[in-house]
Amino acid sequence: MLRNLLNFSILVFVVLILYSCKGTSSDENQLLDSTTIADQVNKAKQIIYGIPSPVETAMLMKRAGAKYSQEFLNPIENLGNYSSTLSMALNLGVYSADLSFSSMFDQSQASIKYLSACKKLADDLGILNAIDKSLITRMENNINNRDSVMEIISESFMNTNSFLKENDRGEIAAIILTGGWIEGLYIACQIVKNTSYNQELMERIADQRLSLNTLISLLNDYKNDANVKQVIPMLEKLKVIFDKIQSKSSKLEVVEKDGKTYISSTSEIVFPKEVFDELEKVTSEIRSNIIK
Amino acid sequence: MKKIFLSLLAFNVVFFSYQSFSQCKNFAKKICKLELLPYVHDGIYNATVLSEGETAELYKTFYAGQEYRIAVCGDENLPPIQFQVLDTDRNVLYDNKKHNYAKTWDFKLQSSKQLIISIQVQTAEELTDQILSGCVAVLVGFLNVEDTLQK
Repeated sequence: MLRNLLNFSILVFVVLILYSCKGTSSDENQLLDSTTIADQVNKAKQIIYGIPSPVETAMLMKRAGAKYSQEFLNPIENLGNYSSTLSMALNLGVYSADLSFSSMFDQSQASIKYLSACKKLADDLGILNAIDKSLITRMENNINNRDSVMEIISESFMNTNSFLKENDRGEIAAIILTGGWIEGLYIACQIVKNTSYNQELMERIADQRLSLNTLISLLNDYKNDANVKQVIPMLEKLKVIFDKIQSKSSKLEVVEKDGKTYISSTSEIVFPKEVFDELEKVTSEIRSNIIK
Repeated sequence: MKKIFLSLLAFNVVFFSYQSFSQCKNFAKKICKLELLPYVHDGIYNATVLSEGETAELYKTFYAGQEYRIAVCGDENLPPIQFQVLDTDRNVLYDNKKHNYAKTWDFKLQSSKQLIISIQVQTAEELTDQILSGCVAVLVGFLNVEDTLQK
């Protein structure tokens, strides 16, 4: 033991001597070292996939003229059905979308219920303190102030996805986002179906083809995960339909007007009713499999 | 002895990685998020530890008619952070280097598009033995629906 300790001490001593020698090398060498490392680092590129959050989707729907309907949301009573990691993660996304949707339309009681449902699923998934009691109390105290409510919801999402990414559970964060995205798409399709094909909302649904590609890329980062393997085919089914939407657009130009910046371009989207009907049908099937 | 040494090494790696991530989360939440005000944060956490010279890219769809703010912030010990907003053909729509490394950019789109936010930590002007690294956060916010409709 003593001999091992001595050997280790000698090793540390030698390493320190070598390190200090490097520290006193010439400026030219330092410059060479810095350049080489900087060049290597420069080649490294991290890719981050920005998926639309349920808050953003709910806001888009409201701007497009959507009306609130409780029947489009996943009933709270289903909460007890979710016991596997996959069903809990997907439905945490679903309830997050329902929470955003009900809050955007000032449905205070429904919002508190959905936030509590999200808390239960986040707790069951081991996402510690993402949605704590103080957040629910803050929600209750500010329930009539939509800005505060949206801020609280945004904070709960950030706590959830930062916790998962920091704990090397990015695949769960990706599945939650998928659940939220599918629920947003489902609600939007139901509204369109019940409002004589609201044109603006149809355009926002067509826009989801762009987010779908990003979402698939994100999930592909975790394609060896058993749960992710079950989720990717759902999105690929939707992609086949989204690919039937034709679009063309002009080059983007940045225009300054009245102190604001606009990115202008013309865009033409062909989204036939038959394609919408097919999308609505498949989305409903996928969503009912998720929430059952 | 070797086991103790390896355990200590493993502990240090895990402990310091965790610390960096936790600091990153707090940095994004407590410092960078304030840059978004009065825009509502979309709730998505995009933050990572980058070293000088290192780059990252965020791919995101931005929707027609919505008013957005992008905020890109770096740890105070890092050199300035350059961010560019590109279209999918990599044409530069905005470069904060031309605006004194501004931390935010506000814009509105006429039609929905996927954009790329390309970030690069600039290299420090002074040469040192160490490569500086720290947290960089990219947050996206949008204006409340009523505000947008009024405007």
